[in-house]
Amino acid sequence: MVTVLFFASIREAIGHDRETIVLNDIESVGDLLNFLRAKGEHYRDALAPTMRWRVAVNLDVAEITQKLKSGDEVAFFPPVTGG
Amino acid sequence: MKSPSFHRSPVANLFNISIQTDDFDLNAEYATLRARHRNIGALVSFLGAVRDLNDGVNVSTMTLEHYPGMTEKALANIVNAAAQRWPLIDATVIHRVGTLMPTDQIVLVVVAAAHRGDAFQGCEFIMDYLKTDAPFWKKESTSDGSRWVDARQADHHAQQRWSKTT
Repeated sequence: MVTVLFFASIREAIGHDRETIVLNDIESVGDLLNFLRAKGEHYRDALAPTMRWRVAVNLDVAEITQKLKSGDEVAFFPPVTGG
Repeated sequence: MKSPSFHRSPVANLFNISIQTDDFDLNAEYATLRARHRNIGALVSFLGAVRDLNDGVNVSTMTLEHYPGMTEKALANIVNAAAQRWPLIDATVIHRVGTLMPTDQIVLVVVAAAHRGDAFQGCEFIMDYLKTDAPFWKKESTSDGSRWVDARQADHHAQQRWSKTT
């Protein structure tokens, strides 16, 4: 299982801030993304390429090719706007 | 992030990073740094505040969200990268979260060094990377409703220039 977190506009679009997902055939961030997009239109919209979302795995910015293992924390968020 | 190995600071673990809802006091932060080190010759600070107008629309409140855990890690990485690039004596980064009003303070970066050139550059470097790498998000409440603030291309360019000059 991995914990998936959503922040800011992506959290609002999806409607909750976290979920737990059983990995099964999910091996990478890209696989997880496809799994999430298949869950419904609000996931597809929030995680569309045009949203310029970013992903972090275990608190570090990651790429779509990164492999996942059970216990990982994966976060999807929009471009940052602090400061 | 480009981080040459020279100038590694011996006190990297002393850097002060805080994510907080409370306000902060620049003079108190100065006093803390000056009391801690006798070799400081230059202190440079950046203080960011909430403006009452953004893109021509009145802002009534600004709410800041962040990613607890990743935020602290990202800021520590940024400050350590600055300390590897310039001989910094100490640094403080404070970023507020929660709901803020126009004119409220949002962010403070203070950099201490022996000489002003290192302090100026270290402070600007930390602030530029904070803008692009630290997971904070701003939502404005305006007379037109609420909206998430868009990332600015200018901030990306400001960060990129540090990789061109070593």
